[in-house]
Amino acid sequence: MNSMKNNTGIPHAAKTVQGRTHVYGDNIDTDVIIPARYLNTSDPRELAAHCLEDLDPEFINKIQPGDILVAGENFGCGSSREHAPIAIKAAGIACVIAASFARIFYRNAINIGLPILECPDAARALHSGDMVALDFETGEIRLIATAAEGGTTLPSNCIWKAQPFPLFIRDIIEAGGLVEATRRRLAQKRRSGV
Amino acid sequence: MHDRPMTMSQKILAQKAGLEQVEAGQLIEAELDLMLGNDITAAPAIVEFGRIGCGRVHDPGRIALVSDHFTPNKDIKAAEQAGIMRRFARDQRISHYWETGRGGIEHALLPEQGLITAGDCIIGADSHTCTYGALGAFATGVGSTDLACAMATGRTWFKVPSALKIELVGRLSGWVSGKDIVLHLIGKIGVDGARYRSLEFIGEGVGQLAMDERFTIANMGIEAGAKNAIFPVDERTREYLTLVGARTPQIFDADPDAAYDAVITLNLSQIPLTVAMPHLPSNTREAAQVCGMPIDQVVIGSCTNGHISDLRVAAAIMKEKKVAESVRCIVIPGTQRIYRQALREGLLDIFIEAGAVVSPPTCGPCLGGHMGVLGRGERAVSTTNRNFVGRMGHVESEVILAGPAVAAASAIAGAVATPEHIVSESPEREELFRP
Repeated sequence: MNSMKNNTGIPHAAKTVQGRTHVYGDNIDTDVIIPARYLNTSDPRELAAHCLEDLDPEFINKIQPGDILVAGENFGCGSSREHAPIAIKAAGIACVIAASFARIFYRNAINIGLPILECPDAARALHSGDMVALDFETGEIRLIATAAEGGTTLPSNCIWKAQPFPLFIRDIIEAGGLVEATRRRLAQKRRSGV
Repeated sequence: MHDRPMTMSQKILAQKAGLEQVEAGQLIEAELDLMLGNDITAAPAIVEFGRIGCGRVHDPGRIALVSDHFTPNKDIKAAEQAGIMRRFARDQRISHYWETGRGGIEHALLPEQGLITAGDCIIGADSHTCTYGALGAFATGVGSTDLACAMATGRTWFKVPSALKIELVGRLSGWVSGKDIVLHLIGKIGVDGARYRSLEFIGEGVGQLAMDERFTIANMGIEAGAKNAIFPVDERTREYLTLVGARTPQIFDADPDAAYDAVITLNLSQIPLTVAMPHLPSNTREAAQVCGMPIDQVVIGSCTNGHISDLRVAAAIMKEKKVAESVRCIVIPGTQRIYRQALREGLLDIFIEAGAVVSPPTCGPCLGGHMGVLGRGERAVSTTNRNFVGRMGHVESEVILAGPAVAAASAIAGAVATPEHIVSESPEREELFRP
């Protein structure tokens, strides 16, 4: 975890990932990400099995580990259930790119170490099946093969830059999540006798 | 003294962060007066708390744990989750723990127990924590990991929000109430219209709003994406805080020249009975426009509209009437105290006589948990707060959000209806909305 040094602060084992995109619309709420009928558990594997099933029953069968979820405005609106980012992460999604995130989801994703990138231009331009490469150090989102054109021809403007995280949030991410950041801080406090 | 004008929310955050002033966008760490978890969100928070390794919570007196979502336990797994929270409360000596039968729905319960006062800074692992802004507190929803770390340290981080100023003018009339105001507002600004921002209510229209209505309005701030929603403290707030025995209030008024991202004026005399059609709270219509749409179920309750005045409104319409044969009507008082008050006032008799079922306090059907889950193709009119796809049950079911007056009228009519279809005149607001 200490080896993670990235400008955009994405808590990911790899600094770069490549994955196939699955694109959905605006206002994807946490009730469709993980319906409440499954909230009688917080086991990540159980939650992952039902990830996004009320939006796209085939979602969990379609995705490969390392795929990228792309959505429009206000992703993760509604309930505060942390089960939503947990379900997405446990399903094997490497990163969520959205035009914007609802604030509780944004906090939860950072706290549990689900990589997210806020980038309206990429969110609007990408289509399901596109292959993208993400650089978590620079926040760069690069289209490397389009679904529509059989992965051969690329438009010229196929690189986008995600919003950088503030330094404070980067520290949480670099610690590997809020629990680790808090644990370290409390230990430091004890050592300094404050 | 601060020289930068601040909003109500910013003033509370500045004080809790020990700063003279703060500005929108600033990252701060604030001391918390209260933190909250429920039977769904506490269990993962308790696991994360264990990983921090500090052993004891920072201050058991500032933690509230409420069994309300899947309780009375709906199945074995729910029982086990509730058990994790129960054991944690016992081990950590958390006295603000409410067992089934002794509490109610968290956001109706904590204010009535006197746990919230004006000027407090509160987080809750539940998105509707913003409800407490009705009492002039800064209150916002977070996830389980945030709750875990706050239990360990007594603090949390915030990005200081900018704000929308919602100016209320004019007089409410007829059956129109707080729910219609907030649905109307969400319809106007959209489900992300206040994203990351505070909703600050102000203006000469505020004074007429009962505390129950302010709770309803603040409660649904999250449905516009708001970080918090807040009302100024007035005579009604003070009376309420005294009545419930809350701690001494600390009153923060917005500076007259505080910066707002936008000012929206709502003339309450022009707001009609309002509903939100499937599948977004912003998909609002005048209730009169959708009258006659057939329904299968009506739910009257939840953290949004499970207050005593909501039950009085519903009872005034359902008195000596029968729930339509094709409709199941479920009435859920928000807390045990509200349940007993409704019993004393004869409201429960009215509901049972009409053919409704009265449920113990629970979030139950609002989130499709239990006590009224919808099947394929079914449609409900509900006084709850969300109508997302599958929210109350089957992915092909529908929820129409409404206030208690439209919900009760619809239960009797068997289709979306306004009270004018059922009763000839509306009682005085003072009678329905008295404390």
